[in-house]
Amino acid sequence: MNLDPKIPEGPLSQKWSNHKFNMRLVNPANRRKYNIIVVGSGLAGSSAAASLAEQGYNVSCFCYQDSPRRAHSIAAQGGINAAKNYQNDGDSIQRLFYDTIKGGDYRSREANVYRLAEVSSNIIDQCVAQGVPFAREYGGLLANRSFGGAQVSRTFYARGQTGQQLLLGAYSSLNRQIGAGKVKMYTRHEMLDLVLIHGHAKGIIVRNLITGKISRHAADCVVLASGGYGNVFYLSTNAQGCNVTATFRAFKRGAGFANPCFTQIHPTCIPVHGEDQAKLTLMSESLRNDGRVWVPKSKAVAEKIRSGILDPNSLAECDRDYYLERKYPSFGNLAPRDISSRSANEVCLEGRGVASTGLGVYLDFRDAISRDGEQVIRERYGNLFEMYNRITGEDPYCKPMMIFPAVHYTMGGLWVDYNLQSTIPGLFVAGEANFSDHGANRLGASALMQGLADGYFVIPYTVGNYLGELGISQAGFNDIKSEAFSSTESEVIKRLEDLISIKGTRSPRSFHKELGKIIWDHCGMERSRKSLEEAIQKLDKLKIDFEKDLRVVGHSKTLNAELERAGRVSDFIGFGQLMCRDALMREESCGGHFRKEYQTNEGEALRDDSKYAFVGVWEFLGDGEEPKMHKEPLCFENVQLGTRSYK
Amino acid sequence: MRLNLKIWRQESGQASGRFVDYMVENISHDSSFLEMLDTLNEELIKKNDLPVSFDHDCREGICGMCSLVINGEPHGPEKATTTCQLHMRHFRDGDTITIEPWRANAFPVVKDLVTDRSAFDSIMQAGGFITARTGSAVDANEIPIAKGIADKAMDAAACIGCGACVAACPNASAMLFTGAKVSHLNRLPQGKPEKERRSILMVSAMDKAGFGGCTNIGACESVCPKSINLDVISHLNRDYQGASMKRIFHF
Ligand SMILES: Cc1cc2nc3c(=O)[nH]c(=O)nc-3n(C[C@H](O)[C@H](O)[C@H](O)COP(=O)(O)OP(=O)(O)OC[C@H]3O[C@@H](n4cnc5c(N)ncnc54)[C@H](O)[C@@H]3O)c2cc1C
Ligand code: SF4
Ligand code: FES
Repeated sequence: MNLDPKIPEGPLSQKWSNHKFNMRLVNPANRRKYNIIVVGSGLAGSSAAASLAEQGYNVSCFCYQDSPRRAHSIAAQGGINAAKNYQNDGDSIQRLFYDTIKGGDYRSREANVYRLAEVSSNIIDQCVAQGVPFAREYGGLLANRSFGGAQVSRTFYARGQTGQQLLLGAYSSLNRQIGAGKVKMYTRHEMLDLVLIHGHAKGIIVRNLITGKISRHAADCVVLASGGYGNVFYLSTNAQGCNVTATFRAFKRGAGFANPCFTQIHPTCIPVHGEDQAKLTLMSESLRNDGRVWVPKSKAVAEKIRSGILDPNSLAECDRDYYLERKYPSFGNLAPRDISSRSANEVCLEGRGVASTGLGVYLDFRDAISRDGEQVIRERYGNLFEMYNRITGEDPYCKPMMIFPAVHYTMGGLWVDYNLQSTIPGLFVAGEANFSDHGANRLGASALMQGLADGYFVIPYTVGNYLGELGISQAGFNDIKSEAFSSTESEVIKRLEDLISIKGTRSPRSFHKELGKIIWDHCGMERSRKSLEEAIQKLDKLKIDFEKDLRVVGHSKTLNAELERAGRVSDFIGFGQLMCRDALMREESCGGHFRKEYQTNEGEALRDDSKYAFVGVWEFLGDGEEPKMHKEPLCFENVQLGTRSYK
Repeated sequence: MRLNLKIWRQESGQASGRFVDYMVENISHDSSFLEMLDTLNEELIKKNDLPVSFDHDCREGICGMCSLVINGEPHGPEKATTTCQLHMRHFRDGDTITIEPWRANAFPVVKDLVTDRSAFDSIMQAGGFITARTGSAVDANEIPIAKGIADKAMDAAACIGCGACVAACPNASAMLFTGAKVSHLNRLPQGKPEKERRSILMVSAMDKAGFGGCTNIGACESVCPKSINLDVISHLNRDYQGASMKRIFHF
């Protein structure tokens, strides 16, 4: 497997501009001879599709929802980072670069991260030009807020709906191109496989989710922007349909999968209420600016609270443990996500959790309300408090809010080089679907930035370069009647029919739940050799059960949500195994990957740079074969590897 | 709790539909409405019956995918709440709940409770954008926008495109949805150059898609999960009329 990252020569700050200058251009008249497939209409997909179409390429864009506007990016709340330094607080490209590398626990590629920081400013300009209604100050200029893991104020936001507004901006550009006939949009279409011709990505096989019809789509290259795989945990903050199918199928066709075990668990979500729960809801991290996190000091008191005998408000100060403030005095309640999540889990494991299930900690606004008054807190967080109240039926102005960590983001993804091209030529990967910029942990407000950086400012250049190198004589070298298309299509049809014909007794959802529990318990916030080996065994068994006992009611020639879920769960099970293998291989703790065996005396993550300063990239070798791991070494020339300390 | 459900079942757009009665038991007060339907579907699967199809994705009230008429009201009884954010604590043990799809000519039923809302996208494609080619933007702070204007634009931009407004309207009019987008974009300095064109193109796309006219009933506003205000309709009317006049005299 060739893992040449193709990092351009020259000093860090000039790599991208040099590279842009050296890249091949495609003559505007020739661009219309090329077809490009974009899978996904989230921030990364919409922005890439619109920008490529503006340049003159013919684009086909696919999403599984009924409108491109509903891609999961719509749900992002908090904000988007950019090194504008509008607040004059010492921000710069260099600082955003440094914060992102450090936040990612030194497991990302310097050159990519630097480029991300470099184009971040253009993103805000682009979005404002589209009419994105970012928050403003009275003087009419843009407002900023601060976010976890940074000491400057660089986050731009649109109330609690930043993702929605950014996506509607990208969607509007996409719409303009759909209206102009340059993008053909396929909604309610799910990509089920990738087609390779002579080793190059040349098309996809999709299922029309309404009619069940399977069809072939050819192009000169394929861009995957299909989002993250958090739903491997069943319960997560992701939308119900988020899946790993597109990227996992590409993996099975030869694309390397990088760092699958790097997943992010967000500390502030609403705790689980019961067995029939299908989804977890995130409460914006900004709440940690004013809320104080605590649990009772003693287990006995926690028990009384859980059973409703004791009112938490009546608890004396000396009986409360503000554990984040205690353990991390300088960052306190704003400690990074991985650290806050793990601490919450620890106190719950000690039996000091407070929700009825024992899995919850308080995020208390009592002190903020008495300091600033209820009105101020209402202005800051009104909509979040309302959301909490709607879901839990409790009033956080009177009773401390309860939170618990939940799966939120996946840093791992298909391996890509500096051009965002995977190990399959002609297959580009953008947004959460690639592994590129966040290392072992992502900082808040950086995913939206990365999705749009990839889609607006990287893909349109690098795809053009690939097509330019391919040469115009190769345009359209992708006949859908070819053997490659027909055999891949037959495999897809067979997989679907196989799922339906099992006719066992258990629903796809029941398998998904079981899978999620295995992954959460064994490969969640804390992992160990023992837990991971157990998980791999359990997943082997789950796979056998699934293939024997799955029940998909209905047929494949119609809208059939059960069949959709069955296909996704089947890929998630295979992917879960890969994740656990990756976590087992990485004998260190870094960012979101915390191996119990590798921690300091104080319980902090213990990185091993001498052995593990590399990207772990997995190659598929065939069903029933163990995948093979390859390494892309990470070289740090511009930052010094340090211990991440937030004390 | 235990509930009686009357659910609209329809095999496909071509087939005719009917209400079917179901009963679900052991539903927790803390469950969401859609989790209650998940439970029903799991029971149906056990009996080898076809589960009920319904649209949903984010389950956070933001994607606009969920779309059920519950006891005659789009998105159900709670104000400013999408179907997915409605919780069972608002119902009582033993209640009978009727569940139907959006009903409007421009939103044909696809299956059971799922409808085709692509007509909304066609309105957006006609003019719901500001022409801003990637890479052509000026520095963001070169366009100062008074906070009041930015806030109003944001109020309108909060629309999630769910279509409840259409479902609630006896004329199946899409004026609240279209007005929201026009009011968001036409209000901003960046949106001014295309203001007239946008108003005319979006209104004509709306008519073409088969939505009805607005007769100022206001049912849309009261079901809107994002509390989009009727003012956006006045804004649209004003800009549309202004643009039409200009067209008569200048083109
Ligand atoms: C609740 C929540 C809040 C968040 N808040 C923030 C925040 O404040 N700031 C921040 O920076 N980040 C935040 N994030 C993370 C961020 O939203 C995501 O990482 C980002 O939006 C992902 O964008 P994307 O374009 O890569 O993928 P997505 O937006 O997930 O889009 C994926 C697209 O691919 C399509 N697709 C998927 N699979 C297939 C298939 N098989 N066939 C066809 N189409 C397919 C989907 O239809 C969709 O269009 C948040 C995430 C969550 C869950
Ligand atoms: S205006 Fe309200 S009801 Fe209509 S589509 Fe938008 S959010 Fe839904
Ligand atoms: S499912 Fe997304 S708004 Fe209800």
